[in-house]
Amino acid sequence: MSNLSKLQQVLDSGQFTVTAEIGPPKHSSAEGIRHHAEMMQDYVDATNITDNQTAIVRMSSIAAGVHVLNSGIEPIIQMTCRDRNRIAMQSDLLGAYSLGMRNVLCLSGDHQKFGNHPTAKNVYDVDSMQLIENLRRMRDEKVFFCGEAIKEAEPQFFIGAVANPFADPFEFRVDRLEKKVNAGAQFIQTQCIFDMERFERFMEMVRERGLDQRVHILAGVTPMKSWRAASYMQNNVSGMIVPDELVERLKNAEDPKREGLDICIEQIKYIKEKIKGVHGVHIMAIAWEEVVPEIVEKSGLYPRPKVD
Amino acid sequence: MIVAQQKPVSEIAQMISDCKKVLFLGCAGCVTVCLAGGEKETDVLASAIRIKRTLESNPLEATTFTCTRQCDPEYIVGIDNLVKDVDAIVSLACGVGVQYLAERFKDKWVVPALDTKFIGGSVVHGLWEEKCGLCGECILHRTGGICPIIRCSKSILNGPCGGSQHGKCEVDKDVDCAWQLIYDRMRALGKLDKLMEIQPIKDWSKSRDGGPRKAIREDVMIDE
Amino acid sequence: MPEFEPKIVAFCCRYCAYTAADLAGSMRLQYSPNIRVVEMPCSGTIEHGLILSTFEKGVDGVYIAGCNLGDCHFLKGNVRAIKRVAAVKKILDEIGLGGERLEFFHVPASEGTKFAQVANEMTERIRQLGPSPLNKNAAGNAQKEGGQTA
Ligand code: SF4
Ligand code: SF4
Repeated sequence: MSNLSKLQQVLDSGQFTVTAEIGPPKHSSAEGIRHHAEMMQDYVDATNITDNQTAIVRMSSIAAGVHVLNSGIEPIIQMTCRDRNRIAMQSDLLGAYSLGMRNVLCLSGDHQKFGNHPTAKNVYDVDSMQLIENLRRMRDEKVFFCGEAIKEAEPQFFIGAVANPFADPFEFRVDRLEKKVNAGAQFIQTQCIFDMERFERFMEMVRERGLDQRVHILAGVTPMKSWRAASYMQNNVSGMIVPDELVERLKNAEDPKREGLDICIEQIKYIKEKIKGVHGVHIMAIAWEEVVPEIVEKSGLYPRPKVD
Repeated sequence: MIVAQQKPVSEIAQMISDCKKVLFLGCAGCVTVCLAGGEKETDVLASAIRIKRTLESNPLEATTFTCTRQCDPEYIVGIDNLVKDVDAIVSLACGVGVQYLAERFKDKWVVPALDTKFIGGSVVHGLWEEKCGLCGECILHRTGGICPIIRCSKSILNGPCGGSQHGKCEVDKDVDCAWQLIYDRMRALGKLDKLMEIQPIKDWSKSRDGGPRKAIREDVMIDE
Repeated sequence: MPEFEPKIVAFCCRYCAYTAADLAGSMRLQYSPNIRVVEMPCSGTIEHGLILSTFEKGVDGVYIAGCNLGDCHFLKGNVRAIKRVAAVKKILDEIGLGGERLEFFHVPASEGTKFAQVANEMTERIRQLGPSPLNKNAAGNAQKEGGQTA
């Protein structure tokens, strides 16, 4: 098994990269994720496997990652700080590496209040910044979070983090990104971009500080099925900005789904051609995985590069 | 101070349903200030449960008293005579008071009338807010005097997370994002550079995760 | 059997309801003799404990009478009284005595008729509810107990 992450190789080669997202099921059958993985196989370079997204209990991201890997795609394991303390985190990470996972995305995680176990106790022993830093130390300094040496076979993960240009305080968002890069983040996936203007401002600040030279930034995009979905995100998802024009455009469309896809494809093209410093896109087709191949193809990102 | 709130009357009544004679014991400390277990609240609770029991044809003899503090053994030694003939003590103190009573009155049924919520203070009359998570190793000097351990819903030490919007926390539009507050204050103080330092993982063994804690001041201990 | 005559305590603010009671008297208005008026410096001085202990003593109904909103001599005493009455109503419901035995009324100083009307209204309400189970002297209760033992 190669030690090198394919995602890292594509990104390091300077090619515009494509990642997608697969949400594990709320049951114990892997059929659905295998199907999604096989379908996307040739169209993306790697795919995120969410970790109990929105705090709803789902198949473990690492277990689902194994199915995805076996179906031919390289997984990016998401790890939230909500459900595990530092002991469980490291143990899961060692296990994930042994199973062939090479990419980890570190995040805080949605608060359990939003999920199906709102009365659960959250952990937050470690925060996402600290997780990034300590994962890097595991790899580069061969030590556990406590400082004790890892005698052999330290996990050599390609470390990812998230950035949300749409959360507040806006001015601090680039600082925090820089902090994550200093901590050890090698690639960044952003929150879904709908407000292109704000994203451009964000990227301008990123470039001013030369952060795009130090980390690979993948811009998050999400195709929307209907104006209702857009308006829901606009009003109910914290840290998300959806401009009114976008909602209107979907509302006035004859075929909203088609329109949603077209918008997404336009966004990808715009980001790729107009915004400097972006190294790829991260397509989050939430519960709409089957449209990913079409989006990739129509955005002119097909075929994907081959790496060994 | 410690902030507590009274449990529903029916729940408290249930805890003492088989008792005939009960002492309702208030506390003049924190719970008086937060209007949960002072003299007035003690009288109201005793009165309410007395009425309830009369209506159920199961009359209750309820006496009331309010200690200076229930969290100091000195203040509960004086109530021995009040406790002598009762079947149970309903404590309107925080969880500390309840435990001191249970410890001292070994043969008495001691029950809590309050839910001990947090340590914090009042915002306006009738509204209290949590301020400190008792983490055992204060880091307020690094966060502009605003506690991220308890006021950030995720106890993030390197915040804010991606859910912070318009100054509010992702969990609730009525909850201020602690990290927005920290950012604003650090900026006003010209200390934003401090926020660029990565705060290391915390030693939670100094918090409750290390088991029950003790605080010792040898210099003030009285040798026997 | 004589009709049940409820015993009702009315806590009346000196600046409005209590003055209105005087006015009702000088206007020679007839109102329910079941009301016992207690003069208060302000309706806002009413406390949860006082209401409950009044009920414990066996009265069948209690009401607090204060100024119209905005007219309180101490600015917000009546607003506070309204909130406390609501809280005690909740307790009364929870312990089974029933919150409807307690009420808050606005009775401005200039309205003797309103005072009489409120007194009659509350008397009628409590008459319908019957005696408080804590009222040992009520004919109804005595009869109930008699009924049980007979
Ligand atoms: S840092 Fe710790 S001790 Fe200080 S206020 Fe927060 S929880 Fe309390
Ligand atoms: S929104 Fe702010 S307070 Fe809420 S969890 Fe995120 S950083 Fe903490």
